[in-house]
Amino acid sequence: MASNKKYWKSVEELNENSSIVETLRNNEFVEQIPVDEFLGDKDSLASGSTSRRDFLKYVGFSTAAASLAACEGPVVKSIPYVVQPEEIIPGVADYYATTIADGFDFANILIKSREGRPIKVENNNLEGSRTGANARVHASVLSLYDSLRLKKSKISGKEAEWSEVNAKVKASLEDAKATGGQVVVLTNTMASPSTDALITNLQAQYPTVKHVVYDAVSESNALDAFESVYGVRGLAGYDFSKADVIVSIGADILGDWQGGGYDAGYAKGRIPKNGKMSKHIQIEANMSLAGANADKRIPLTVAQQKQALVKIYNVVTGAAVGTSTIEKYDAEVMKAAQQLKAAAGKGVLVTGLDDVDAQLLVLAINTALSSEAFNPSATKLTRKGNAKAVAQLVTDMNAGSVHTLIMSGVNPVYTLANSKQFVDGLKKVKLSVAFSMKEDETASLTTIAAAAPHYLESWGDVMMERGHYSVMQPTIRPLFDTKQLQEAILSWTETATSYYDYLKAFAASNINGKSWNQVVHDGFSVSEVSSLSAGAIDASTSASKLAQAKSAGLDLVLYTKTGMGDGQQANNPWLQEFPDPITRASWDNYLTVSKKDAEKLGLENWNVANGGLNGSYATLKVGNTTLSKVPVIIQPGQAVGTVGLAFGYGKTAGLKKEMQVGVNAYTLYTNLNSNQSVTVTKEEGEHEFACVQLQKTLMGRGDIIKETTLEIFNTKDAADWNIVPVVSLDHKETPAKEVDLWTAFDRSIGHHFNLSIDLNACTGCGACVIACHAENNVPVVGKSEVRRSRDMHWLRIDRYYSSQDTFDQDVVVKNNAKGLSDSISTLTAMEDPAENPQVAFQPVMCQHCNHAPCETVCPVAATSHGKEGQNHMAYNRCVGTRYCANNCPYKVRRFNWFLYNKNSEFDYHMNDDLGRMVINPDVNVRSRGVMEKCSMCIQMTQATKLKAKREGRLVKDGEFQTACSAACTSGAMVFGDVNDKESQVAKLAEDDRMYHLLEHIGTKPNVFYHVKVRNVK
Amino acid sequence: MKKVGNHKSFSKIFFSLAFMLTFSLSVFSQDAAVGGDPAKGKALFNSQCAACHKLDGKATGPALRGVADKYEKEWLYKWIKNSADLIKSGDALAVKVFEENGKVPMTAFPQLSNADIDDILAYTSEVPAEKPVVVADGASTSSDSGTGISNNVILGALALVLGMLVVMLFLVNNVLTKIAKANGIEVEPKEKAVPIWVAFARNHFLVLVSAIAFLLVAAYFAYGWMMQIGVDQGYAPVQPIHYSHKIHAGDNGIDCKYCHSAARVSKHSNIPSLNVCMNCHKNINEVAETTATPEYSKAFYDGEIQKLYDAVGWDPATQSYTGKTQPVKWVRIHNLPDHVYFSHAQHVTVAGVDCQKCHGPVEEMEIMQQHAPLTMGWCINCHRETNVKVEDNEYYKKIHEELSKKYGVKQLTAAQMGGLECGKCHY
Repeated sequence: MASNKKYWKSVEELNENSSIVETLRNNEFVEQIPVDEFLGDKDSLASGSTSRRDFLKYVGFSTAAASLAACEGPVVKSIPYVVQPEEIIPGVADYYATTIADGFDFANILIKSREGRPIKVENNNLEGSRTGANARVHASVLSLYDSLRLKKSKISGKEAEWSEVNAKVKASLEDAKATGGQVVVLTNTMASPSTDALITNLQAQYPTVKHVVYDAVSESNALDAFESVYGVRGLAGYDFSKADVIVSIGADILGDWQGGGYDAGYAKGRIPKNGKMSKHIQIEANMSLAGANADKRIPLTVAQQKQALVKIYNVVTGAAVGTSTIEKYDAEVMKAAQQLKAAAGKGVLVTGLDDVDAQLLVLAINTALSSEAFNPSATKLTRKGNAKAVAQLVTDMNAGSVHTLIMSGVNPVYTLANSKQFVDGLKKVKLSVAFSMKEDETASLTTIAAAAPHYLESWGDVMMERGHYSVMQPTIRPLFDTKQLQEAILSWTETATSYYDYLKAFAASNINGKSWNQVVHDGFSVSEVSSLSAGAIDASTSASKLAQAKSAGLDLVLYTKTGMGDGQQANNPWLQEFPDPITRASWDNYLTVSKKDAEKLGLENWNVANGGLNGSYATLKVGNTTLSKVPVIIQPGQAVGTVGLAFGYGKTAGLKKEMQVGVNAYTLYTNLNSNQSVTVTKEEGEHEFACVQLQKTLMGRGDIIKETTLEIFNTKDAADWNIVPVVSLDHKETPAKEVDLWTAFDRSIGHHFNLSIDLNACTGCGACVIACHAENNVPVVGKSEVRRSRDMHWLRIDRYYSSQDTFDQDVVVKNNAKGLSDSISTLTAMEDPAENPQVAFQPVMCQHCNHAPCETVCPVAATSHGKEGQNHMAYNRCVGTRYCANNCPYKVRRFNWFLYNKNSEFDYHMNDDLGRMVINPDVNVRSRGVMEKCSMCIQMTQATKLKAKREGRLVKDGEFQTACSAACTSGAMVFGDVNDKESQVAKLAEDDRMYHLLEHIGTKPNVFYHVKVRNVK
Repeated sequence: MKKVGNHKSFSKIFFSLAFMLTFSLSVFSQDAAVGGDPAKGKALFNSQCAACHKLDGKATGPALRGVADKYEKEWLYKWIKNSADLIKSGDALAVKVFEENGKVPMTAFPQLSNADIDDILAYTSEVPAEKPVVVADGASTSSDSGTGISNNVILGALALVLGMLVVMLFLVNNVLTKIAKANGIEVEPKEKAVPIWVAFARNHFLVLVSAIAFLLVAAYFAYGWMMQIGVDQGYAPVQPIHYSHKIHAGDNGIDCKYCHSAARVSKHSNIPSLNVCMNCHKNINEVAETTATPEYSKAFYDGEIQKLYDAVGWDPATQSYTGKTQPVKWVRIHNLPDHVYFSHAQHVTVAGVDCQKCHGPVEEMEIMQQHAPLTMGWCINCHRETNVKVEDNEYYKKIHEELSKKYGVKQLTAAQMGGLECGKCHY
């Protein structure tokens, strides 16, 4: 504030020409400081009694005294409830069934809650539940405790009460009604029948209301195709467990294609049973999870994929639409088509091509096959977005015809390719409202940023599939002053009920006569549905249109990463640190380029001295849009002529600084089509990746991931394809299993825990990695630490490429290398993956060796063995020598280089009170300088045992679980007690396919794997 | 807390004279008005009325002492048997009483006969009997201290005798020397011996050995002292509410697990939430005179109950919750470090260990304190000594049978069952 007041220290100052004031201004001390008095006398200084030694003594004494004085224990306060809720017992977890529906991920789940705090997501294993929880769903519980959430609604940037917000919207609605202005409700796919009903009510009161559904990652073309045939806006249901031959053209059936959730059914058919397993042929551009798991993978450009589709159409239906030959892979495509035709009803074809014709053709082909796996009546309703309506909305907004825009669960400013137009249009809208959990790109531009609750704080219903009605229930009171869109609509329509009451009444017609409480308890209710009748499909027209497809330059195939999805959980450190299953890079998105194209464009990847992966930058240009500084990763298996880029990164609003990584691929998502034509040019500079796996290939070491073909598996003895390693004992070849350096401990009494991992069923989805994160309080260390290979994941999923076309050939090549120089050159060459390699996933956690190398080298006995098979780790005993990690052949031990909690250097969830609410109180949070590793979830097995003891009964099979085995929806991980001979894991341990990792070193692990069988023929 | 309302047995002398006088004044009229058996009445009162009424002081219903004087007997019969009917009938007095007491309807007691009611009224009309004045426990104290003094006297006398002996010996020695001198006998002067410390200092071996011994002993004590760091045995902090386990668990014999109910099923033995306190304290708003001790007066205890009411938001005057709560910040006494996992359920429910085994004689503790050291050695020792309780537990049947055969013992200890493994408590 400006002021004319003059402050003075003495009257003298008021005198303008005072010499005293002048002197004082130049000289701080009026009198000379008598420095000489104590420094000038050299004699007294020399004879002074305080020597340097004395000084140090005093310092030492005062330090010791201070530390002794500090030896008093802290006073811990304990505050019980005033009125304890009946269902909460401190120390005992409660489980609530609910449903996640965030517009991208939909799943029936259970929420584990401790002392009223949701701390973990579990699968809802009740018969009939839909879609197991994937990595993002498991991580979603942490997004509840996001410290950057919108805590209170804001009107024009100022915090406002809900009454003000509702009054303002209501006034705007009335104004729109009076003036006839358009009101648009723009939401993500909520798949919520009750919300639809509420919007219909709103429309009844305000006739100009229009509902537009917008999916950030659109399935609009597939939806259009399905709707035109079956009359329902949805997607066909598929059950891959019923298929013998699966052909997928560009559909990542193990990823987010059609919203995901197919891995359980897929894995069922992949485990060889009675000599049979399904055959999976994947035709695609980017290396996807599905491609990595396929028996045969054919990398093709988008145009070629369309050609392939038409060829398959020709073969299956006997049509003769003219196609051009597909370079190099024509024969293989034809072979796939023949196999599909031969399988007839047992075959199924799916596609992820973003093209109405392609989608129509697939519907036609599956109908022609009368495929059992194809079930259009079990229509998936979790995608409903309409690209045309969204485009129309942007046009309308710019034309000024949208009066009020109400958004919920969408962030178009970030996710629309024509975001600039949207922003311009937004300025012409009289009132814009964004219901959002974050003050994101959109919410910061709208008139009203309405604070929306997390799904764990909300009521709701979800129709994931026709006839499958799920209920979402809150598991915690809203942490902030938030309200759901539904509640707001009820208030705008002046309906005097709460959304809960409305929902309860509404649900009655959907729950098949079940009681409301029963449905809330189960989480869902299933009812029979009539089958849909198919309309005519003009397949031949579509086929001939597709046959015209030609590549123009490079194809850009936009995809979603397993960890990040559409990017709405970008501020979730668990997901940021989650290594991508394919590239194993975390904290980034990047352009995936084939090796050939990279050479052509001069793009490179290289490792620097500390092992970190570096890469070139590229500039992408789609139409008139350029995206610069895109890091490049050379991706084995990427179809030549294509590049891939993942959505969900490059966000800047509502994100901590550390999470603002990557580039925004949505800017290239023109017309919401994931297949674009792109030009790529090299850019200056180098990018530092945080990649956790630098060794790409298996180097012909068939004993690490043992695999065989279905033919050999069926015809030969296990000894031929599951070779037991031998060692020399008394100069005789002896199976490694039988050689013991130590006296073996008798483990036949009591429990003996084993974990079985079936490499055939494991799809590499990574749900277990995040589940382990959540269960065991694994810290997040950040990009630069991951780059230094200091990631803390207790469970990693190794991904290996073959350096020849198959892993089998690798072994042959390695064995054929003769002599030193040949070996060196052969092995060096083997470090490079093949152009279209085979891929294998292998989850590796602590193997809990019965003869553990780590235990013998610990100087303080911090790690020791339990009778029940677990390798224990006593953190408080560990002094951090790291001998154990060095002696571990599996490299599964993790060292706490820093204090990762309550440390502002690691500003992730463990650094704020809110984020720490997710911590599992049953597991210790480790400190700096301590080694940690997988404990085989001993807290869970102990709890299971205690439950049985309290109830005075034996433990039933299936009761023992670890976080990873419980999270595994594909059934690849089975945990249990092998001393219980009837248990599933005991039977798996006796299976012919069983082997131990690095068996020849005689560690006798309690984790075992099952030989991977590929159906190649 | 001892039962309140039983004012027949006052144990303390300090009873204000004025207070007594007030009551004695009313005695005369009361005796005339009531004819009934107060002893029977007391039993009936306790079984039927005490849930809502007290003799002196308001509970859900009004205080009942001297109620027979206030109202007509016939009216009381009707009221007690069915007050609602009486109010309905428009009885002015009934309506007034009803309104005065916050319109809380009183339960009808049609089962009580007029004679029963007379008995109850006789009881309510009783004058609180004056307690025989108890002379302070001086006698017992003095006898206690008496033994202490006598011991000291004996020791003192002994010391005196010994001292006198020393003096006498010295004197005798002097006298003898003098006699010898007098007799001309030359007393050979003693050769001056080397002082023992000098001898000691000259003997290097001894110096070395004792230095080592000294260092070892010092190290032993230093170690012992260091190991006490973080061990808070005997920790008895001042709590925000003076809660006496002695009164609750000791005098009144309330089971530990009535309040600490989570100990049965959870790893935590919870600090009871305040609503659990209110299960009893809704009716018990003061302690009996007998509960007070020289150290803690009745007023002190009543004040502590009032603290509970303030915390839980209970207004004793209106007998209702105000809704204003103030959670109590108890000071936690038993603090296990984070890296230890201890489950109460395992020990309490499965093993059937008494709470007192680890927490000590809680029922005698006026102020709760940490009884055990809670060190790992202490835990492990118990695991080594305690047998697993396998009776009637199907879980242990097979494993115990096989394992005991293997170890050749009849009963397995917790240690043999795996209770010494690091990972069982540290994860």
